[in-house]
Amino acid sequence: MDEFLNDIKWDKLIEATNETIYMTSISVVATFIIGLLLGLLLFLTGKGGLWQNRLINFVIAAFVNVFRSIPFIILIVLLIPFTRALVGSMLGANAALPALIIGAAPFYARMVEIALREIDKGVIEAAQSMGANHFQIIFKVLIPESLPALISGLTVTTISLVSFTAMAGVIGAGGLGHFAYLEGFQRNRPLITLVATIAILILVFIIQFIGDYFTKKTDKR
Amino acid sequence: MEIWDKEGEHRLISIKDVIKTYHSKGGAVKAVDHVNLEINEGEIFGVIGYSGAGKSTLIRMLNGLEIPTTGSINVAGREVSKIKGAKLRKARQEISMIFQHFNLLWSRTVADNIAFPLEIAGVPKPKRDQRVKELIQLVGLDGREKAFPSQLSGGQKQRVGIARALANNPQVLLCDEATSALDPQTTDSILELLVDINKRLGLTIVLITHEMHVIRKICHRVAVMEAGKIVESGPVLEVFKNPKQPITKRFVQQVTEPEETRDTIDHLLDRFPHGQVVQLTFVGEAAEQPLITELIRQYELTVNILQGKISQTQHGSYGTLFIHLDGDEREVEKAISYISSQGVGMEVIENG
Repeated sequence: MDEFLNDIKWDKLIEATNETIYMTSISVVATFIIGLLLGLLLFLTGKGGLWQNRLINFVIAAFVNVFRSIPFIILIVLLIPFTRALVGSMLGANAALPALIIGAAPFYARMVEIALREIDKGVIEAAQSMGANHFQIIFKVLIPESLPALISGLTVTTISLVSFTAMAGVIGAGGLGHFAYLEGFQRNRPLITLVATIAILILVFIIQFIGDYFTKKTDKR
Repeated sequence: MEIWDKEGEHRLISIKDVIKTYHSKGGAVKAVDHVNLEINEGEIFGVIGYSGAGKSTLIRMLNGLEIPTTGSINVAGREVSKIKGAKLRKARQEISMIFQHFNLLWSRTVADNIAFPLEIAGVPKPKRDQRVKELIQLVGLDGREKAFPSQLSGGQKQRVGIARALANNPQVLLCDEATSALDPQTTDSILELLVDINKRLGLTIVLITHEMHVIRKICHRVAVMEAGKIVESGPVLEVFKNPKQPITKRFVQQVTEPEETRDTIDHLLDRFPHGQVVQLTFVGEAAEQPLITELIRQYELTVNILQGKISQTQHGSYGTLFIHLDGDEREVEKAISYISSQGVGMEVIENG
């Protein structure tokens, strides 16, 4: 057993974990902003919304549906030219970011839209009856009133992102996926694959724990 | 534009020839049909009707949540049916509203819910805190500032709703079925609060309801709505005394004639095939005449009191009394004509 454990390059594991955390955190922040924006637009331009507009709603919905439907591994390949133009390389953690964000933001946008639909229409009407403008309705009613659902949706999206980073790792983005594939699978050392898996699991549990904590804390219903 | 009517009362709301048509798959539906109304400053005005009568659409047009298809609506000198954007939003700060389901923000505490309209109006924080304190006291929620709506009872939630509505010192308070989700006792405490606010602040209140109890208890004037039209309107006591439309009679019966009365009367009509069962209606001072004593003294009759009830309205008391008169047929007839000469409302209840 000791022999096996000695086999594992711990410094490489830690480096890989850091890369995964790096890719996940940057893409979560971007996904949150873009997804929230798209989700709000979907909700506001939807039927009965404040900015009801069939054309804009159709275009955004189409965009969201298309990018949500493409399997992530294919999306990375499809986005290679775009990534090259943007980052200048196909290797390293930064090269994974465009695909991660474009893959996850539409997914989160739908969750945001669902969260906003759950808000009692009466509350929005009450805000209107007090003379609130649209900006105030968005920031003082829509976002605070859907916060627990926005957070739990973000938790699910973040966990998907961790698995997306592993897939991106296989084609050269680094991180735990890369580590498991290159050091574990290709060199035929299953223990390393197992250790990388455990590292990912621990990461996911921590994310779920933090997400649940904040969902609960913000829910005053 | 300020309009003064004959009695010198200040007209705060005027609704002229308003029609609201909705287009649905089944064709056009007139939710509000040629409605004209004038509401005076400081008045508590009630609109009563069954669900689907159009009263909800009507009240929502007063703060521009709905726009009339044709006609005009003027509230506190503003043509609410025409203005848009920033002007409408500014007007809405003076025409506030409370709701059947309270519509509080669950994510905010009581104090922050009350502060919400002040934030919207751009009131600076120290002034906001001061005003919230006053309002919490006004509606009797001391000590609950930090509670969240989910920790409050229905009555307390509506108190928050009222405090929130009063925050920006509105000229009109619109009540959209504000007590329909509350139990009878809580309903009464909320109604008392509304009367108190009306008296203390001189605030004009427009409410819609399907409960005559609410109208009786706090309104000065009432309009009865049916199928989008106002079929009857006037001072509450007048409408109680002399309801003209069948729908109004039904609403008045809600408070004056409990279910069991009807049963009792049917039973009595069966038991006493002789004589007459008479319903007497007393309004204001008439209630104080010794009518029954006079009847027994002057006529050879037995008078049997079946059921009686007195209701308080904002403008005096209103009572109904069911009596059974038995004796010689001519004596009964004379007695009945005596009663009708006494300024007391009277109706002979026939078997059927």
